Amino acid sequence: MNRRRFLQLAGVGAVGGLAAGQAGASEAPASIDDGVAVLVDTTECIGCRKCEFACNREHKLSDAPLEAYEDTAVFAEQRRMPADAYTVINRHHNPDNPEKPIYVKSQCMHCLEPACVSACLVKALTTADNGSVVYNASRCMGCRYCMVACPFQVPAYEYDNAFTPQVRKCIFCFDRIAKDGKMPACVEMCPTNTLTFGKRSEVIKLAHDKIAAHPARYKDKVYGETEVGGTRWLYLASQSFDELGFLKLGADPIPKLTESIQHGIFKYGIPPLMLFGLLGAAMSVFRDGEDKE
Amino acid sequence: MSAHAVRYAPAGKRFLTPGVVVLVGLMGIAAAISLWRFIFGLSSVTNLNDQYPWGIWIGIDVASGVALAAGGFTTAALAHIFHRKHYEAILRPALLTAMLGYTFVGLALMVDLGRYYNIWHPAWPTMWQGNSVLFEVGMCVMAYLTVLYLEFLPIVCERFIGRVNLPGPLAGLNAPADRLLRFADKTVGKIMFLLVIAGVVLSCMHQSSLGTLMVIAPYKVHALWYTPIMPLLFLLSAISVGYPMVVVESMLASRSYGRKPEMEILTPLSRFVVFFLGIYIVAKITDLLVRGAQPLLLEGSFESNMFLVEMGLGALLPLGMLLTERVRRSPGLLFTACGLVVLGVIINRVNVFVVAYNPPYSTGRYVPSIYEILVTVGMIAALAFVYRVAVTIFPVLPAEESATSHGAR
Repeated sequence: MNRRRFLQLAGVGAVGGLAAGQAGASEAPASIDDGVAVLVDTTECIGCRKCEFACNREHKLSDAPLEAYEDTAVFAEQRRMPADAYTVINRHHNPDNPEKPIYVKSQCMHCLEPACVSACLVKALTTADNGSVVYNASRCMGCRYCMVACPFQVPAYEYDNAFTPQVRKCIFCFDRIAKDGKMPACVEMCPTNTLTFGKRSEVIKLAHDKIAAHPARYKDKVYGETEVGGTRWLYLASQSFDELGFLKLGADPIPKLTESIQHGIFKYGIPPLMLFGLLGAAMSVFRDGEDKE
Repeated sequence: MSAHAVRYAPAGKRFLTPGVVVLVGLMGIAAAISLWRFIFGLSSVTNLNDQYPWGIWIGIDVASGVALAAGGFTTAALAHIFHRKHYEAILRPALLTAMLGYTFVGLALMVDLGRYYNIWHPAWPTMWQGNSVLFEVGMCVMAYLTVLYLEFLPIVCERFIGRVNLPGPLAGLNAPADRLLRFADKTVGKIMFLLVIAGVVLSCMHQSSLGTLMVIAPYKVHALWYTPIMPLLFLLSAISVGYPMVVVESMLASRSYGRKPEMEILTPLSRFVVFFLGIYIVAKITDLLVRGAQPLLLEGSFESNMFLVEMGLGALLPLGMLLTERVRRSPGLLFTACGLVVLGVIINRVNVFVVAYNPPYSTGRYVPSIYEILVTVGMIAALAFVYRVAVTIFPVLPAEESATSHGAR
């Protein structure tokens, strides 16, 4: 890590002149542990896709009837969330019991320190007080830098909408939770014990309690507890997460590096002003030299 | 600094040539495709998708466009800050190229942005998001574009002061317009030194920040390019490509107007290129070695091959060429070497923003559609066209007699 750190400072120093400032990444909300979270216990999921139905209905993404979701042909290939769905379920092979595949629900992970929020230049994507990462289309320019930044490849875009295209992703049913005091539509609909909604601290405790109570049933890891600084959607699984389409990600929050470069170079505008002064001095020195000739 | 050492004049040759007709044709095609995009959406003309949100409109039109406009601030620094008066003749063409280059970056963005009508949002204080690298890039580019237009204003004044001749009923406004021009000339003249320095500072800021953009995607950008010193590499490569771009442009303009290439300026200018390009290459190789990424060079993948092309053809080869006096003195070889540097920087920007970008759940590489390519080509054609219009109207190129014209080679 030292080498990385050095390089980062070298970059900062070279551009900004002298101040290799170390400004912290943006503060995460004070309520990290009190904020919302969901535990997804993939050992419980039966792949019924009722969560997809509930989500599409809640967010008016599709008016397909519930029966349409009984179609298992969609499992033939691995899916990511398209612009008209906030969540999808994928099927994976279960080496312990080929008869009983493993189903994994995907949606926005709601990072504690979201790269998309750090990337967005007009605050169209923000972290709400309860921790959900929400989107305000009226601010959005449609630059799609959030999509570049997201380590989970979550945000989708309405490329076929010519006039009012939006970035689409799960918004953690912000209105349902914050205004109506309900739980997310997918959690409410789930007929099994796959989804548990609660405070993040409680959800993490529940996950570890489950692992402790059934060490044979679960891998000893809660995916999302540390990944990219922690996420609000957390997962338990019976198999290695790598086998189930989860990405291997480090514990560093994604925005940490860019924000420290950014704030290092521009700290209080001092480095640019120093460069300005330096060039001004050079200008007068070289002009004087010229006059003497 | 009283009188100009160099005299400039509007280029007098006939405007409409077969080349110009081709430019207009390419512009027309791009305009038609853009119109289609504005009516039917990005998906109707681009191959962009949820896996690959950025294509060649960002990699070439925006990122390469900004880099290639670096001739503006590098020549301004040379002639105005370090007072190398010898290079004054290339100042105005470089300024015009930078001004038009950034203008077209803005136009290209309008086509690429999903909600182009919100392009002004970053300028509005309640929208500001200071943690965003893109915010910094956007603000600097807007500020620098303003600086460039102000720097160009004296050239407009020089052309029209005492010569304002508005048509028909507007003729009554001739005197006020003239007074306005004189006022603008005096005001801008007084703050010109501030504008020049501000232009250099703003350029250093956003050229480097453009390199910070992709630092936010550590798990997607190929390890041959992903490094925390990307901002430094972007700044160094922008500085390296500044003068080669000026050389390429100057030679194209000379050829187009049947003048002799300005070798007495371009040859000494190319010595700086050796210096800056050398620093860039050393930084780039050191970075690879320090990160231990050099084994990836022989990976044999599309990415690694593109990296080898970028560095071999676009950096090492021209550096080797420019090291010899013979190349620096030969118009043909100098043009080739500088053209390779320009090409190398374009390949680098496309590599960083497009080729190196590997989303984790990718189901197939992004390849630009024919329409995306045609829009990019049309944008470049439009840039060349407007450049030609501008040098015909304004005194941007050195006056013929001082350019010792002897017809085409």
